[in-house]
Amino acid sequence: MSTPVDKKKISIVCFSGDFDKMVAAFTVATGAAATNREVTMFFTFWGLNALKKKKGRVATGNSLMARAFNFLMGGINNLPLSRLNFFGASPILMTKMMKDHNVATLPELVEAAHALGIRIVACEMAMKILEVEQSDMIEEVESVVGVATFLNESENSHIIFI
Amino acid sequence: MKHFLDITRETCPMTFVKVKLQLAKMDTGEQLEVLLNAGEPLENVPRSCEEQGFKVLSNEPTDNDKHLLLIEK
Repeated sequence: MSTPVDKKKISIVCFSGDFDKMVAAFTVATGAAATNREVTMFFTFWGLNALKKKKGRVATGNSLMARAFNFLMGGINNLPLSRLNFFGASPILMTKMMKDHNVATLPELVEAAHALGIRIVACEMAMKILEVEQSDMIEEVESVVGVATFLNESENSHIIFI
Repeated sequence: MKHFLDITRETCPMTFVKVKLQLAKMDTGEQLEVLLNAGEPLENVPRSCEEQGFKVLSNEPTDNDKHLLLIEK
């Protein structure tokens, strides 16, 4: 084996909970990890929906407002397309088109991200607002961090906001 | 031991992902033969393998604009 070059670092802020933007985030993340980059994905606000353990609509949280928000937003199976969502039909149609063209679907990309060891972290503040606990999220969530920790850890990284 | 992977039906980023995950499963010294398409996979798969410290032993064109890459872990 020849000597590997030093790893470049990429941090992706996953703010949007839109289906297409989440596909873009996981595509960049897995492509970067597979080409020798150290990747961290920081999920905040609507992006947290992609990390929920329950993939459908569940009234998570304690307050009425949080439970309503979490139910209406749902999990990774309910992410809307950012345009032309057509009441949730479009992500299903888009997934079919992706399969027809041998393009990795969102669940396949998420699975690849885990297999590649991409670091998944969740935003403490957004979790507090939406009353989502770490136990409500998939076990691959490595830690719950604040923005200062995220920025410190991303100091030598390219940061991408999606 | 020689392994084989056909990524000609895959699209970005799964071309790189499948090669990376296959190499991760292999022991040092084992070889991986990868059948890939010209263009993006041919330009980037060998380069990223070398960046990760793997040795690209050969890169030969085959039929229909495909290439066969031999990588040693």
